[in-house]
Amino acid sequence: MTPGQRPLSPHLQVYKPEFTSASSIFHRITGVALAAGTILLVVWFVAAGVDGAAFNSMQSFWGTIIGQLLLGGWSFAFFYHLCNGIRHLFWSTGRGFDLSSARNSALIMLFASLFLTGAAWVWGFLLMEKI
Amino acid sequence: MVEFALPANSKVTEGKTYKAPEGTKNVKNFKVYRWDPDTEDNPRIDTYEIDLDTCGPMVLDALIKIKNEIDPSLTFRRSCREGVCGSCAMNVDGTNTLSCIKDINDIDNDAKIYPLPHMPVIKDLVPDLKQAYAQYASIEPWLKTNTPAPKNRERLQSPEEREKLDGLWECVLCFCCSTSCPSYWWNGDKYLGPAALLQSYRWIADSRDEETDARLDNLEDPFRLYRCHTIMNCTKTCPKHLNPAKAIGEVKVAMMQRK
Repeated sequence: MTPGQRPLSPHLQVYKPEFTSASSIFHRITGVALAAGTILLVVWFVAAGVDGAAFNSMQSFWGTIIGQLLLGGWSFAFFYHLCNGIRHLFWSTGRGFDLSSARNSALIMLFASLFLTGAAWVWGFLLMEKI
Repeated sequence: MVEFALPANSKVTEGKTYKAPEGTKNVKNFKVYRWDPDTEDNPRIDTYEIDLDTCGPMVLDALIKIKNEIDPSLTFRRSCREGVCGSCAMNVDGTNTLSCIKDINDIDNDAKIYPLPHMPVIKDLVPDLKQAYAQYASIEPWLKTNTPAPKNRERLQSPEEREKLDGLWECVLCFCCSTSCPSYWWNGDKYLGPAALLQSYRWIADSRDEETDARLDNLEDPFRLYRCHTIMNCTKTCPKHLNPAKAIGEVKVAMMQRK
Protein backbone atom coordinates (compact mmCIF):
# COMPACT_ATOMS: atom_id res chain seq x y z
CA MET A 1 0.00 0.00 0.00
CA THR A 2 1.60 3.27 -1.07
CA PRO A 3 0.96 6.43 0.96
CA GLY A 4 -0.84 8.05 -1.99
CA GLN A 5 -3.69 5.57 -1.62
CA ARG A 6 -3.98 6.13 2.08
CA PRO A 7 -7.09 8.00 3.16
CA LEU A 8 -6.76 11.44 4.70
CA SER A 9 -8.09 11.53 8.25
CA PRO A 10 -11.08 13.86 8.85
CA HIS A 11 -10.18 17.40 9.93
CA LEU A 12 -12.72 20.25 9.63
CA GLN A 13 -15.44 17.58 9.63
CA VAL A 14 -14.64 16.46 13.18
CA TYR A 15 -12.61 19.18 14.87
CA LYS A 16 -14.47 21.16 17.53
CA PRO A 17 -14.65 24.91 16.77
CA GLU A 18 -13.12 27.00 19.56
CA PHE A 19 -13.84 30.64 20.38
CA THR A 20 -10.21 31.54 19.64
CA SER A 21 -10.12 29.70 16.31
CA ALA A 22 -13.44 31.29 15.31
CA SER A 23 -12.04 34.76 16.06
CA SER A 24 -9.10 33.90 13.80
CA ILE A 25 -11.08 32.63 10.81
CA PHE A 26 -13.37 35.64 11.15
CA HIS A 27 -10.31 37.87 10.82
CA ARG A 28 -9.62 36.22 7.47
CA ILE A 29 -13.26 36.47 6.39
CA THR A 30 -13.50 40.17 7.31
CA GLY A 31 -10.24 40.75 5.43
CA VAL A 32 -11.71 39.26 2.27
CA ALA A 33 -14.97 41.19 2.80
CA LEU A 34 -13.00 44.42 3.22
CA ALA A 35 -11.14 43.84 -0.04
CA ALA A 36 -14.40 43.19 -1.90
CA GLY A 37 -16.16 46.10 -0.19
CA THR A 38 -13.35 48.47 -1.02
CA ILE A 39 -14.00 47.88 -4.71
CA LEU A 40 -17.60 49.05 -4.19
CA LEU A 41 -16.31 52.06 -2.31
CA VAL A 42 -14.03 52.93 -5.22
CA VAL A 43 -16.98 52.58 -7.60
CA TRP A 44 -18.81 55.09 -5.41
CA PHE A 45 -15.94 57.60 -5.60
CA VAL A 46 -15.52 57.10 -9.35
CA ALA A 47 -19.25 57.73 -9.80
CA ALA A 48 -18.82 61.02 -7.96
CA GLY A 49 -16.10 61.94 -10.44
CA VAL A 50 -18.13 61.01 -13.53
CA ASP A 51 -21.22 63.16 -13.21
CA GLY A 52 -24.18 63.94 -11.01
CA ALA A 53 -26.42 61.29 -12.51
CA ALA A 54 -23.91 58.49 -11.89
CA PHE A 55 -23.33 59.72 -8.34
CA ASN A 56 -27.06 59.98 -7.66
CA SER A 57 -27.74 56.44 -8.85
CA MET A 58 -24.94 55.14 -6.56
CA GLN A 59 -26.34 57.26 -3.71
CA SER A 60 -29.82 55.83 -4.14
CA PHE A 61 -28.35 52.29 -4.21
CA TRP A 62 -26.64 52.87 -0.85
CA GLY A 63 -30.00 54.09 0.46
CA THR A 64 -31.72 50.76 -0.26
CA ILE A 65 -31.90 48.03 2.37
CA ILE A 66 -29.32 45.94 0.49
CA GLY A 67 -27.02 48.95 0.26
CA GLN A 68 -27.42 49.70 3.96
CA LEU A 69 -26.72 46.07 4.86
CA LEU A 70 -23.61 46.06 2.67
CA LEU A 71 -22.39 49.28 4.28
CA GLY A 72 -23.19 47.92 7.73
CA GLY A 73 -21.32 44.72 7.03
CA TRP A 74 -18.40 46.59 5.53
CA SER A 75 -18.11 48.94 8.49
CA PHE A 76 -18.26 46.03 10.96
CA ALA A 77 -15.65 44.13 8.92
CA PHE A 78 -13.48 47.26 9.02
CA PHE A 79 -13.66 47.66 12.79
CA TYR A 80 -13.32 43.93 13.46
CA HIS A 81 -10.24 43.70 11.27
CA LEU A 82 -8.82 46.83 12.87
CA CYS A 83 -9.38 45.66 16.47
CA ASN A 84 -8.10 42.16 15.79
CA GLY A 85 -5.10 43.70 14.04
CA ILE A 86 -4.30 45.56 17.27
CA ARG A 87 -4.66 42.23 19.12
CA HIS A 88 -2.12 40.76 16.71
CA LEU A 89 0.24 43.68 17.49
CA PHE A 90 0.19 42.69 21.17
CA TRP A 91 0.97 39.10 20.20
CA SER A 92 3.86 40.40 18.09
CA THR A 93 5.46 41.73 21.27
CA GLY A 94 5.23 38.27 22.85
CA ARG A 95 2.28 39.15 25.14
CA GLY A 96 -1.17 37.64 25.66
CA PHE A 97 -0.51 34.04 24.64
CA ASP A 98 -1.94 32.19 27.63
CA LEU A 99 -5.36 30.70 27.03
CA SER A 100 -7.34 33.00 29.30
CA SER A 101 -5.70 36.13 27.84
CA ALA A 102 -6.32 34.96 24.28
CA ARG A 103 -9.97 34.33 25.13
CA ASN A 104 -10.42 37.64 26.93
CA SER A 105 -8.70 39.63 24.20
CA ALA A 106 -11.00 37.99 21.64
CA LEU A 107 -14.03 39.04 23.71
CA ILE A 108 -12.78 42.60 24.20
CA MET A 109 -11.94 42.86 20.50
CA LEU A 110 -15.41 41.61 19.52
CA PHE A 111 -17.26 44.04 21.79
CA ALA A 112 -14.97 46.91 20.80
CA SER A 113 -15.64 46.31 17.11
CA LEU A 114 -19.41 46.09 17.70
CA PHE A 115 -19.31 49.30 19.76
CA LEU A 116 -17.22 51.17 17.19
CA THR A 117 -19.51 50.07 14.37
CA GLY A 118 -22.57 51.29 16.31
CA ALA A 119 -20.84 54.53 17.25
CA ALA A 120 -19.81 55.20 13.64
CA TRP A 121 -23.39 54.72 12.45
CA VAL A 122 -24.87 56.92 15.19
CA TRP A 123 -22.32 59.57 14.31
CA GLY A 124 -23.15 59.22 10.63
CA PHE A 125 -26.89 59.63 11.16
CA LEU A 126 -26.33 62.64 13.46
CA LEU A 127 -24.23 64.27 10.74
CA MET A 128 -27.00 63.59 8.21
CA GLU A 129 -29.58 65.29 10.42
CA LYS A 130 -27.42 68.43 10.62
CA ILE A 131 -27.36 68.60 6.82
CA MET B 1 -3.37 23.59 -0.30
CA VAL B 2 -6.74 24.45 1.17
CA GLU B 3 -9.22 21.66 0.52
CA PHE B 4 -12.15 21.72 2.88
CA ALA B 5 -13.72 18.43 1.76
CA LEU B 6 -12.15 15.01 2.13
CA PRO B 7 -10.87 13.22 -1.02
CA ALA B 8 -13.23 10.59 -2.44
CA ASN B 9 -11.28 7.67 -0.96
CA SER B 10 -11.36 9.27 2.49
CA LYS B 11 -15.09 9.89 2.91
CA VAL B 12 -16.28 8.15 6.03
CA THR B 13 -19.11 5.62 5.87
CA GLU B 14 -21.28 3.99 8.52
CA GLY B 15 -19.81 0.72 9.83
CA LYS B 16 -20.88 -2.10 12.10
CA THR B 17 -22.42 -1.88 15.56
CA TYR B 18 -21.19 -4.23 18.28
CA LYS B 19 -23.99 -4.56 20.84
CA ALA B 20 -23.33 -4.84 24.54
CA PRO B 21 -24.51 -8.13 26.14
CA GLU B 22 -28.16 -8.21 27.28
CA GLY B 23 -28.71 -6.69 30.71
CA THR B 24 -25.65 -4.41 30.67
CA LYS B 25 -26.54 -1.31 32.68
CA ASN B 26 -23.82 1.31 32.28
CA VAL B 27 -23.37 1.44 28.50
CA LYS B 28 -21.48 4.09 26.54
CA ASN B 29 -21.17 4.13 22.76
CA PHE B 30 -17.67 4.38 21.33
CA LYS B 31 -17.73 5.44 17.69
CA VAL B 32 -14.34 4.60 16.29
CA TYR B 33 -12.77 5.44 12.92
CA ARG B 34 -11.70 2.29 11.10
CA TRP B 35 -9.77 1.82 7.89
CA ASP B 36 -8.28 -1.42 6.68
CA PRO B 37 -5.44 -1.09 4.11
CA ASP B 38 -6.07 -4.67 2.92
CA THR B 39 -9.47 -3.81 1.44
CA GLU B 40 -10.62 -1.33 -1.17
CA ASP B 41 -13.27 0.03 1.20
CA ASN B 42 -13.54 3.60 2.40
CA PRO B 43 -12.98 4.39 6.08
CA ARG B 44 -15.97 3.63 8.31
CA ILE B 45 -17.23 4.37 11.80
CA ASP B 46 -17.78 1.26 13.93
CA THR B 47 -19.88 1.60 17.06
CA TYR B 48 -18.93 -0.37 20.17
CA GLU B 49 -21.30 -0.48 23.11
CA ILE B 50 -19.02 -0.64 26.15
CA ASP B 51 -19.96 -1.61 29.69
CA LEU B 52 -18.32 1.13 31.75
CA ASP B 53 -18.70 -0.96 34.93
CA THR B 54 -16.09 -3.38 33.62
CA CYS B 55 -13.88 -0.79 31.89
CA GLY B 56 -10.98 1.32 33.15
CA PRO B 57 -11.47 5.09 33.51
CA MET B 58 -9.60 6.36 30.44
CA VAL B 59 -10.41 6.33 26.74
CA LEU B 60 -7.36 4.13 26.14
CA ASP B 61 -8.77 1.58 28.60
CA ALA B 62 -11.91 1.38 26.46
CA LEU B 63 -9.86 0.92 23.28
CA ILE B 64 -7.82 -1.85 24.90
CA LYS B 65 -11.05 -3.45 26.13
CA ILE B 66 -12.43 -3.38 22.58
CA LYS B 67 -9.24 -4.91 21.21
CA ASN B 68 -9.08 -7.60 23.91
CA GLU B 69 -12.71 -8.58 24.14
CA ILE B 70 -14.63 -7.49 21.04
CA ASP B 71 -12.55 -6.80 17.95
CA PRO B 72 -8.83 -7.74 17.92
CA SER B 73 -8.39 -6.09 14.52
CA LEU B 74 -8.71 -2.58 16.02
CA THR B 75 -5.32 -0.91 15.57
CA PHE B 76 -3.86 1.97 17.59
CA ARG B 77 -0.54 3.04 19.06
CA ARG B 78 -0.03 3.01 22.82
CA SER B 79 2.78 2.44 25.24
CA CYS B 80 3.20 4.14 28.62
CA ARG B 81 -0.50 4.64 29.51
CA GLU B 82 0.40 7.66 31.66
CA GLY B 83 0.85 10.57 29.28
CA VAL B 84 4.62 10.61 28.92
CA CYS B 85 5.28 8.68 25.70
CA GLY B 86 2.95 10.50 23.30
CA SER B 87 2.03 7.36 21.37
CA CYS B 88 -1.75 7.27 21.84
CA ALA B 89 -2.42 10.77 20.45
CA MET B 90 -5.77 10.86 18.66
CA ASN B 91 -8.85 12.99 18.13
CA VAL B 92 -11.31 12.30 20.94
CA ASP B 93 -14.61 14.17 21.23
CA GLY B 94 -13.51 16.80 18.72
CA THR B 95 -10.11 17.72 20.11
CA ASN B 96 -6.71 16.09 20.00
CA THR B 97 -5.41 14.48 23.15
CA LEU B 98 -3.61 11.48 24.58
CA SER B 99 -6.28 8.83 25.01
CA CYS B 100 -4.51 7.41 28.09
CA ILE B 101 -5.09 10.60 30.11
CA LYS B 102 -8.51 11.45 28.70
CA ASP B 103 -11.21 10.54 31.23
CA ILE B 104 -14.22 8.81 29.66
CA ASN B 105 -16.48 10.71 32.09
CA ASP B 106 -15.37 14.02 30.54
CA ILE B 107 -17.14 13.03 27.32
CA ASP B 108 -20.85 13.85 27.08
CA ASN B 109 -22.89 11.58 24.80
CA ASP B 110 -21.09 9.17 22.48
CA ALA B 111 -17.30 8.98 22.48
CA LYS B 112 -16.16 9.77 18.94
CA ILE B 113 -12.62 8.68 18.22
CA TYR B 114 -10.66 9.57 15.08
CA PRO B 115 -6.99 9.51 14.14
CA LEU B 116 -5.03 12.78 14.39
CA PRO B 117 -6.69 15.12 11.84
CA HIS B 118 -5.57 15.72 8.24
CA MET B 119 -2.94 12.98 8.21
CA PRO B 120 -2.50 9.96 5.90
CA VAL B 121 -3.92 6.94 7.71
CA ILE B 122 -1.84 3.75 7.87
CA LYS B 123 -4.57 1.76 9.60
CA ASP B 124 -7.50 2.66 11.90
CA LEU B 125 -6.19 5.16 14.48
CA VAL B 126 -2.57 5.03 13.29
CA PRO B 127 -1.54 8.08 11.25
CA ASP B 128 1.62 8.35 9.17
CA LEU B 129 3.87 10.78 11.08
CA LYS B 130 6.80 10.58 8.65
CA GLN B 131 6.50 14.22 7.58
CA ALA B 132 6.12 15.50 11.14
CA TYR B 133 9.26 13.62 12.23
CA ALA B 134 11.19 14.93 9.22
CA GLN B 135 10.15 18.47 10.17
CA TYR B 136 11.31 17.85 13.73
CA ALA B 137 14.67 16.63 12.38
CA SER B 138 14.92 19.75 10.19
CA ILE B 139 15.13 22.03 13.25
CA GLU B 140 18.21 20.04 14.39
CA PRO B 141 17.06 19.28 17.92
CA TRP B 142 20.40 18.99 19.67
CA LEU B 143 22.86 21.30 21.41
CA LYS B 144 25.05 23.07 18.86
CA THR B 145 28.19 24.90 19.93
CA ASN B 146 31.20 26.51 18.27
CA THR B 147 33.42 27.02 21.34
CA PRO B 148 35.59 24.23 22.77
CA ALA B 149 33.92 22.19 25.50
CA PRO B 150 35.05 23.09 29.05
CA LYS B 151 37.57 20.64 30.50
CA ASN B 152 36.32 18.11 33.05
CA ARG B 153 32.78 19.46 33.34
CA GLU B 154 29.56 20.10 31.48
CA ARG B 155 28.56 23.39 29.88
CA LEU B 156 27.00 25.12 32.86
CA GLN B 157 23.73 26.99 33.07
CA SER B 158 22.34 29.12 35.91
CA PRO B 159 19.03 28.10 37.52
CA GLU B 160 17.46 31.19 35.91
CA GLU B 161 18.70 30.17 32.46
CA ARG B 162 17.47 26.64 33.04
CA GLU B 163 14.05 27.98 34.03
CA LYS B 164 13.59 29.38 30.52
CA LEU B 165 13.31 25.81 29.24
CA ASP B 166 10.35 24.99 31.48
CA GLY B 167 7.21 24.57 29.42
CA LEU B 168 9.37 23.49 26.45
CA TRP B 169 11.30 20.39 27.49
CA GLU B 170 8.12 18.61 28.64
CA CYS B 171 6.88 18.17 25.04
CA VAL B 172 6.41 14.47 24.26
CA LEU B 173 6.15 14.95 20.47
CA CYS B 174 2.64 13.50 20.23
CA PHE B 175 1.78 16.03 17.45
CA CYS B 176 -1.65 16.76 18.94
CA CYS B 177 -0.86 20.47 18.44
CA SER B 178 0.39 20.32 14.84
CA THR B 179 -2.57 18.24 13.71
CA SER B 180 -5.05 20.59 15.44
CA CYS B 181 -3.76 23.57 13.47
CA PRO B 182 -5.76 24.59 10.35
CA SER B 183 -2.67 26.31 9.01
CA TYR B 184 -0.81 22.99 9.27
CA TRP B 185 -3.74 21.21 7.61
CA TRP B 186 -3.56 23.47 4.55
CA ASN B 187 0.21 23.93 4.36
CA GLY B 188 1.67 20.99 6.29
CA ASP B 189 4.20 20.34 3.53
CA LYS B 190 5.78 23.79 3.93
CA TYR B 191 4.79 25.06 7.39
CA LEU B 192 6.71 23.34 10.22
CA GLY B 193 3.74 23.27 12.59
CA PRO B 194 3.57 24.08 16.32
CA ALA B 195 5.32 20.91 17.57
CA ALA B 196 8.49 21.38 15.52
CA LEU B 197 8.48 25.14 16.18
CA LEU B 198 8.13 24.70 19.96
CA GLN B 199 11.07 22.31 19.80
CA SER B 200 13.00 24.82 17.73
CA TYR B 201 12.41 27.47 20.39
CA ARG B 202 13.54 25.00 23.07
CA TRP B 203 17.05 25.22 21.53
CA ILE B 204 16.86 28.93 20.72
CA ALA B 205 16.01 29.59 24.39
CA ASP B 206 18.85 27.38 25.66
CA SER B 207 21.67 29.56 27.06
CA ARG B 208 24.25 26.89 26.16
CA ASP B 209 23.35 26.78 22.48
CA GLU B 210 25.62 28.93 20.31
CA GLU B 211 23.90 28.58 16.94
CA THR B 212 20.83 30.76 17.60
CA ASP B 213 21.45 32.87 14.50
CA ALA B 214 21.65 29.84 12.22
CA ARG B 215 18.52 28.42 13.83
CA LEU B 216 16.63 31.66 13.17
CA ASP B 217 17.98 31.79 9.60
CA ASN B 218 16.51 28.33 9.09
CA LEU B 219 13.07 29.61 10.13
CA GLU B 220 13.17 32.93 8.23
CA ASP B 221 10.69 31.94 5.55
CA PRO B 222 7.12 32.90 4.63
CA PHE B 223 5.96 29.35 5.29
CA ARG B 224 8.20 27.50 7.77
CA LEU B 225 7.50 29.94 10.63
CA TYR B 226 5.15 32.63 9.45
CA ARG B 227 2.18 30.45 8.53
CA CYS B 228 1.36 30.65 12.23
CA HIS B 229 -1.63 33.02 12.49
CA THR B 230 -2.09 32.57 16.25
CA ILE B 231 -5.23 30.49 15.85
CA MET B 232 -4.43 29.03 19.31
CA ASN B 233 -5.78 25.52 18.62
CA CYS B 234 -2.32 24.14 19.49
CA THR B 235 -2.28 25.59 22.99
CA LYS B 236 -5.92 24.75 23.54
CA THR B 237 -5.40 21.08 22.68
CA CYS B 238 -1.94 20.31 24.15
CA PRO B 239 -2.44 17.34 26.54
CA LYS B 240 0.68 18.40 28.47
CA HIS B 241 -0.67 21.95 28.92
CA LEU B 242 2.26 23.52 27.11
CA ASN B 243 1.95 26.67 25.01
CA PRO B 244 3.26 26.19 21.46
CA ALA B 245 1.59 29.44 20.34
CA LYS B 246 3.64 31.38 22.88
CA ALA B 247 6.84 29.57 21.87
CA ILE B 248 6.20 30.52 18.24
CA GLY B 249 5.48 34.11 19.37
CA GLU B 250 8.85 34.14 21.15
CA VAL B 251 10.59 32.94 17.98
CA LYS B 252 8.95 35.81 16.06
CA VAL B 253 10.10 38.28 18.74
CA ALA B 254 13.66 36.87 18.56
CA MET B 255 13.49 37.26 14.78
CA MET B 256 12.61 40.97 15.14
CA GLN B 257 15.16 41.67 17.89
CA ARG B 258 18.25 40.35 16.09
CA LYS B 259 19.85 42.46 13.36
